[in-house]
Amino acid sequence: MSVKLWPLIFLKRAWWQQWLRVSKSTQNIALLNARQIYILPTRWGLLYAVMLIALLIGSINYSLSLGFYVTFLLASLGNIAMLHTWRNLVHLQVAVLKANPVFAGDGTDVIFNISDTKNRPRYAITASFLENNHLTQNISANDSQLFPVPLATSKRGLHTLPRLTLNTQFPLNLLHAWAVIENPFQVLVYPKPSDLIEPQALSFDSSTQGGSQLNKGDEDFNGHKNYQFGDSPSRIDWKASSRSIGLFTKLYSGTGSSALWLDWEATIGEKEARISQLTRWVIDAQASQKIYGLKLPNIILQPSNTESHYHQALTALAMLD
Amino acid sequence: MPHYLNVYQLKWLLLSLAVVLVSHVANLPVWVIAASATFGTWRYCIEKYQWPMPKAWQLLPITLLICIGIIFTFKGFFGRDASLSLLVVMCSLKLLETKTLRDYMLVIVLGYFLVGNLFLFNQTIATFLVSIPPLILLTATLINTSLPTIQSIQFSFKLACQLLLQAVPVMLILFVLFPRIPGPLWGLPQNANNAMSGLGDSLQFGNISNLTKNSAIAFRAQFKGAIPANNQLYWRGPVLWHQKNQNWTMSSAKIGLPLEKLTVQGAPIQYAITLEPHNRLWLLMLDMPTTIPQKAKLTHDYSVLADRPVRTRMRYEATSFNQYQLGTSLSEREKLLSLQINEGENPKTIELVKTWEHLSAADKINAALNLYRQQDFFYTLQPPRLSKNSVDDFLFNTKRGFCEHYATSFVYLMRAASVPARIVTGYQGGEFNPNGNYLIVRQSDAHAWAEVWLQDKGWVRVDPTAAVSPERIEFGISEALSNTDELPIMARKDYPWLKKAYLNWDSVNNGWNQWVLGYDDKKQLDFLKKLTGKGLNLQEMLIWMMAMIVLVMVATSYFLIKQNKTKLNPAQHLYARYLNQLKRTGLEPRSSEAALDFAQRAAAVLPNQKQLIIEIAQRYNALMYSASPKPELLDELAQRIKQLKIKTL
Repeated sequence: MSVKLWPLIFLKRAWWQQWLRVSKSTQNIALLNARQIYILPTRWGLLYAVMLIALLIGSINYSLSLGFYVTFLLASLGNIAMLHTWRNLVHLQVAVLKANPVFAGDGTDVIFNISDTKNRPRYAITASFLENNHLTQNISANDSQLFPVPLATSKRGLHTLPRLTLNTQFPLNLLHAWAVIENPFQVLVYPKPSDLIEPQALSFDSSTQGGSQLNKGDEDFNGHKNYQFGDSPSRIDWKASSRSIGLFTKLYSGTGSSALWLDWEATIGEKEARISQLTRWVIDAQASQKIYGLKLPNIILQPSNTESHYHQALTALAMLD
Repeated sequence: MPHYLNVYQLKWLLLSLAVVLVSHVANLPVWVIAASATFGTWRYCIEKYQWPMPKAWQLLPITLLICIGIIFTFKGFFGRDASLSLLVVMCSLKLLETKTLRDYMLVIVLGYFLVGNLFLFNQTIATFLVSIPPLILLTATLINTSLPTIQSIQFSFKLACQLLLQAVPVMLILFVLFPRIPGPLWGLPQNANNAMSGLGDSLQFGNISNLTKNSAIAFRAQFKGAIPANNQLYWRGPVLWHQKNQNWTMSSAKIGLPLEKLTVQGAPIQYAITLEPHNRLWLLMLDMPTTIPQKAKLTHDYSVLADRPVRTRMRYEATSFNQYQLGTSLSEREKLLSLQINEGENPKTIELVKTWEHLSAADKINAALNLYRQQDFFYTLQPPRLSKNSVDDFLFNTKRGFCEHYATSFVYLMRAASVPARIVTGYQGGEFNPNGNYLIVRQSDAHAWAEVWLQDKGWVRVDPTAAVSPERIEFGISEALSNTDELPIMARKDYPWLKKAYLNWDSVNNGWNQWVLGYDDKKQLDFLKKLTGKGLNLQEMLIWMMAMIVLVMVATSYFLIKQNKTKLNPAQHLYARYLNQLKRTGLEPRSSEAALDFAQRAAAVLPNQKQLIIEIAQRYNALMYSASPKPELLDELAQRIKQLKIKTL
């Protein structure tokens, strides 16, 4: 469902956007106040206005008192509809519930919880990130409704949500009211996995895998490294950390006997291509229930095959500078 | 991807368009109605039985056929009726390719436009009422197009009514204050005037008796003082001077006769007339008008003409005197014109007037009137046809006729007897409506009488019809005729209750005409002058209009925002009253405090009421939060709240 709305055409332009009053969320919750609602006629509204002008001219020309009555009643109806459209949107509370991590290039649904705070049912509320497809639903009085709003992604990393647009054309489709909501909520985008499946990546033998000199197993303490995002808190050497600035993660040498090491050094090409490659390996290793570790230039994840390990690995790849 | 709409929305659209079609039923040829209904049903079947939508190449020949049909029906004349028919049938044809929101919106907006077009045909109260259902239904249809889910029928219907009702205040402000521009801007719809009836500019046998069968209202007159007696109510229309064959016409404007001299005495009669459109120039006034409306002009024989044909209802004020002397001197040209008769016709009449040669002019008049009185002349609306020598035939043979027969034969007699005479047409009498204190003059009151010129007296009104049927002049046409005669029911004297009901209805109609339909630029200025004490100019009018609209909008939005208070159930109601009582002691529940917690706290403050306070809280909780509370709990709660006696601290 896509209704081309001319107000949105203007919205796409950056110069216009900076003038918009935006509802800013605190703690992922935004309340739309009266000053944040914009309203413009839809193209049907313009058609309606043209029809009214035709009726007005006809009424003047033919001195039709009742023609004036219909013209003025319908004009006033449009006016009243403006209040109703505005009222349908104002004082809605918008909260972000969650957004599942997603691979770059795939779409995800950001789940919004939109609730009425004024004890009146809201009809035909549409939530969308600009230019994306959107979802229209009703909200009951004093109730809330989940809006899974589709979000398209292109780059890996932690991204702040784009501006959410809430709009409505209820009750007459003649007017389009909208509000723009900015939210500090961040959505994690994993790197796009490469299409290439390198056969040796799936090989089991740790001796042929990776160019690593260090065997960073679990068993023997082998020194410190600087704490990296993704390191297990249990491995933080709190004693060592307290002596100096920053956190140290304890490094252990494991047996590595059956672990598969996915190593940065084993990949080739550009940085992003390598990340893509590693991502692919992580996915495939997880899918085939291997125990695998990940070696990146600044972080090493010890082998495991739990779900949280999988996400840790992908997060590390997503956040790699 | 276009936005397709569902079956439910289609049903609403079809229903509202059907109602629009019904409202226009009198204004459309039968085949247009049938075709539109067919297209609507077809569209419904497409949805119901999953028929394929017709292709463009299938619709093209239908469209062509319709165009040919319209051209044929209206004989190529593209006026108001033809354009409405075309619009209606094309709108219903559009349904056959209506799938998306875009099509729906187009058709609905067209539907609104068609409702507005209703008033091109007439503007009665009935039409006003007829316009309401389609407006509600179209609005409900619009509401449905904006909804993502199907709501109940009541929902959209109720909301549509609400929206329209909320639109009424601003509509009224606009109606009163939006500056009215006097029309027309370009022209009138070409067949807008074909239904108007009224006096013609010539007199032929049959003209007036045709009018007499028409109960339509010619005008209404409201008097400032007392209404003159019926036999003084001669409403002057065109004055006919010239006889050609059996046709009497007005003197040509090119003749350029000077205005006849009028001297008046007695009390002026002041009145206002609301004239129904008749598509002619004359503005009817009582004999003899002294002040006439602006822009109107007076002919030399005291007919009043508007500056352009009266095509919309107009109201004007005038003053007349019923004691007057008109045209005491007669110029040679006037004399020549007022003695003109066709040569070599009506030999018997010529023969008759030769016997009057020795009489004075006044005696000649009496002789003629006696002719009508003493012989068995009879007043009827259904006179026999007359031969070529019509005056002879009427006077000596048929002797049955109507005012036009008496007036023309009388003037002919006078002219033949060398007494200058002319025919005056207009209306005579009127029906008093006590409800509105005004006079209704109908087409059936159309009349013709004579004026003869007498030395020293000038033009004197003589009504030969009065000689035959004095009732006609004294009491109106319904008295002059037997009930079996073909008078419209409203002009007859039987069915008094019907007549009374009609008079009530007419006074409503008159108010409607005066205040709703007649609210034009002049009336607007007058009304605002009365309202504000001083007149408003255009700028002030616009400022007032905007200010009042803003005020109403602010009030409406306040009302809309405020409207939804949580409805309390009976238990909450009782509990709220109880809390109010406690408030006097300074006890108020905190926002996070549950009923029982609050009760504990309150009991500590009011130890002697402890039992009651706890019981109240328990019962309230049970009523509010148990799945199916016992009904007697409510009574118990009420009882305990009543028992509670709190001494103000």
